[in-house]
Amino acid sequence: MSGASTTPAAAGEAMARWLEWLGDLATYRPGDFLMFSPRTYWRLFELHNEAWWPLPWLLPAIGAAMLAWAWRGGDAARRAGALALAAASGFVGWAFMLERYAPVNWAATGLAVLWGALCLSLLALAASGQVRVGRGGPRRRAATVLVFWALLGQPLLAPLAGRPLAQAEVFGLAPDPTAIAVIAWLLAGSMPARGAVVWAWRTAWALAAGACLIGAATLAVLDEWQAGVPLAAAVAGLVLARARPRPPGVSPGP
Amino acid sequence: MTSDPSDRSGRGARFALARPSTRRRWLAANAARVAWGGLAVWCPTVANAAAPSAAASAAPSGAPAAAPATPAVLTRRIPSSGEAIPLVGLGTWITFNVGSDPRARDACAEVVHAFFAQGGRLIDSSPMYGSSQPVIGHALARLGRPGALFSAEKIWTGDGAGTAAQIEASRAHWGVPRFDLLQVHNLLAWEAHLPRLVAMKAEGRVRYVGITTSEGRRHGEIERVMKTQPIDFVQFTYNPVDREVERRLLPLAAERGIAVLANRPFREGALLEALRRHRLPGWAAELGCDGWAQAVLKFIVSHSAVTCAIPATSQVAHVVQNLGAARGPMPDAALRARIAGDIAALV
Repeated sequence: MSGASTTPAAAGEAMARWLEWLGDLATYRPGDFLMFSPRTYWRLFELHNEAWWPLPWLLPAIGAAMLAWAWRGGDAARRAGALALAAASGFVGWAFMLERYAPVNWAATGLAVLWGALCLSLLALAASGQVRVGRGGPRRRAATVLVFWALLGQPLLAPLAGRPLAQAEVFGLAPDPTAIAVIAWLLAGSMPARGAVVWAWRTAWALAAGACLIGAATLAVLDEWQAGVPLAAAVAGLVLARARPRPPGVSPGP
Repeated sequence: MTSDPSDRSGRGARFALARPSTRRRWLAANAARVAWGGLAVWCPTVANAAAPSAAASAAPSGAPAAAPATPAVLTRRIPSSGEAIPLVGLGTWITFNVGSDPRARDACAEVVHAFFAQGGRLIDSSPMYGSSQPVIGHALARLGRPGALFSAEKIWTGDGAGTAAQIEASRAHWGVPRFDLLQVHNLLAWEAHLPRLVAMKAEGRVRYVGITTSEGRRHGEIERVMKTQPIDFVQFTYNPVDREVERRLLPLAAERGIAVLANRPFREGALLEALRRHRLPGWAAELGCDGWAQAVLKFIVSHSAVTCAIPATSQVAHVVQNLGAARGPMPDAALRARIAGDIAALV
């Protein structure tokens, strides 16, 4: 509201315009911020997979190998898992968000920043060496299910929804399966005990869950039933994250 | 539910997804109609609200007509200049935001080609519409920069000093030497942008200036700007179920000599989706409407204060249908009221 003077009439007019603007804000629905059609959205993944061929086949295999190794425990394995996820997150932020998605969604530039921050958080966790992988328990089982989903299940949503397999969302290339894999890795581990790396842990959790929620919101506005998938992953991850992980080396009990 | 605005009917979807050879055969079969539409850009002006009655049909309903029987596209004059533009233009929100998808870009180019072939002129876009601007530029480049183009763009930045830079970026996307119309999008920083646009108009760097809003927002401020600023155009939402502007803004536009662009004629497809399952009432045949889209558009453009409606589509069949609404008889006031009542009862 430029040009406002101190006269009562001008102040009243400024207040009336501000109230009108506030009232208009309340009329906005999530769909009002949708800039593209469902057809355009799903073609993004088809073009992305095509441009990065043969990564759509290689990345899930590489990711599965790295994460399977990380599941077995050990410093090197834990670091490898974190590094693999950091690389995947950084690649999603650059190759998908900035290069592919931003031309049709100006908010994707901000999302690329979030994915970059997730990459840095995972790198910090990898460098710290303080992340432990728990043994057994509901968190570990849920993490295993989530990682299998991220690597193998998510890509199959395309043909299940009647879209070509070429439009599959693939770990390391697409945001939703990558965020779900990060949640799985975090869920399988335990929070570092001390130091600044605790904030890297919490940041990684917030960003990975946030990415899933953003994906769910986008799909919901597109009226896609699979919006429930990233939403469920985020909710399950956050709920189970509050359960105390079983420390490494402790048996499940009788 | 968010509908794909370009997917109004199974037929349209099948046309859009058909192979290029199939679409070319369709266009060849309708070449006479397309050619007549292309020759009929400059046609008698629709001067006032006393549109021909529904009984005086100049266009056949339903099936395509041979060239000599296809009526010309109707136009309305821009009050500030007297220039005539067709009653139906082309919006690009969502439908042209296809990024770098070569297949989708070429499909949009075919839409623009059909749009001009049918006698269309005004294309409206905005920096807010993602990649719509470069996609328009791609289409115009493929068509060799049609001389009939009436380019309508928007300023969309909260940076009051960023007017010129954004206009230049938009112009580069379109590949045009200048825009015909520049509008302040959703009144964003209009106090800073509008004076600059008026100055640009005085220098001949743009022909018309205007403001926009949509979905009934900020009508109070729109009215204030219409009353106090030297604008040529105003753009807002108007269709048979969003009629608030009939109370004040449309009469004010007529009073102040401001041209009106009607956006969201189909509520981004939701209105047509709701109407699709209902049979067309009898008045539709009298008006020569071949579907609900033409019925809705005829309602909108038959208001004497409306200069042009700007439906968005990514399908050739739909743009042909839309321009078809700018031909033939228009409803009079009584029939307009009946149309609005019938449609409101169905949605």
